[in-house]
Amino acid sequence: MFVNLFDSFEGGLLGELRRFENEVDQLLGRGRGPAGIRTVRRGTFPPINVGASPERVDVYLFAAGLDPKDLDISIQQNLLAVSGRRNVETHEDADYYRRERFEGEFRRVITLPDDVDPERVEAKYRDGVLQITVQRRESARPRQITVN
Amino acid sequence: MAAAAEGKDVTKRESTEQAATRREDFFLVPPADIFEDTEGITVEAEMAGVSKDQLSIQADRNNLTIEGEAAIDLPAGMEALYADLQSTRYRRSFLLSGELETDRIEANLKDGLLTLRIPKRAEHKPRRIEVRTG
Repeated sequence: MFVNLFDSFEGGLLGELRRFENEVDQLLGRGRGPAGIRTVRRGTFPPINVGASPERVDVYLFAAGLDPKDLDISIQQNLLAVSGRRNVETHEDADYYRRERFEGEFRRVITLPDDVDPERVEAKYRDGVLQITVQRRESARPRQITVN
Repeated sequence: MAAAAEGKDVTKRESTEQAATRREDFFLVPPADIFEDTEGITVEAEMAGVSKDQLSIQADRNNLTIEGEAAIDLPAGMEALYADLQSTRYRRSFLLSGELETDRIEANLKDGLLTLRIPKRAEHKPRRIEVRTG
């Protein structure tokens, strides 16, 4: 399962090349079709993966070292918005060699499939991953039809 | 370039076995802050989704390698709609220098944030040299 979620997208060198090509295409204004209006630049914090099953849609935000109190999650129809703030402690008396960790405020908006039920949303934060689970409406699920 | 990329779609299909091998080779690089003070060097690396038992830290005199696998709760029959992260395995290596005491590294993992404290040998801690006048 886990494999599927990450494997549907290309990893490895070929995938890297493909992504690079896409980015160059976008820069040169010759991308393959228009990008979603709410898509963001690659590398935007926090990285997000979205998976869907017939019953539910799961959104995973990879954000280590957050305080869940600093998170604001809202949903309007099928539009999920997550905003928050991450504080990174600065050590004044130290010399920095690398500062790669994102610090400050962030906001990401994710368009979910149309059939999600905004009344049934759950969120949990564990090991630095925020997982938001949104149930889909019954009517949208595939039904088994028996032949009499 | 777009046409070239599309042309590649033909070769996109591969066996599950090939996919598994390829995935082995693909690691996420944990973003890190690294700083030094008089006592030692600190590495703060982000490995969201990694729990203590999925984390491995290896250090010898010259090398430090951190590795971890993100364990994520996925329901049955899930398909990807979108993915910024293309792998669930993290890995990053650093070359160390001789004044660091690699056998005394302290590690702490909290909410996917790994903090490593690498102390310097006592003789390498800077001494303040006072300038006397007169």
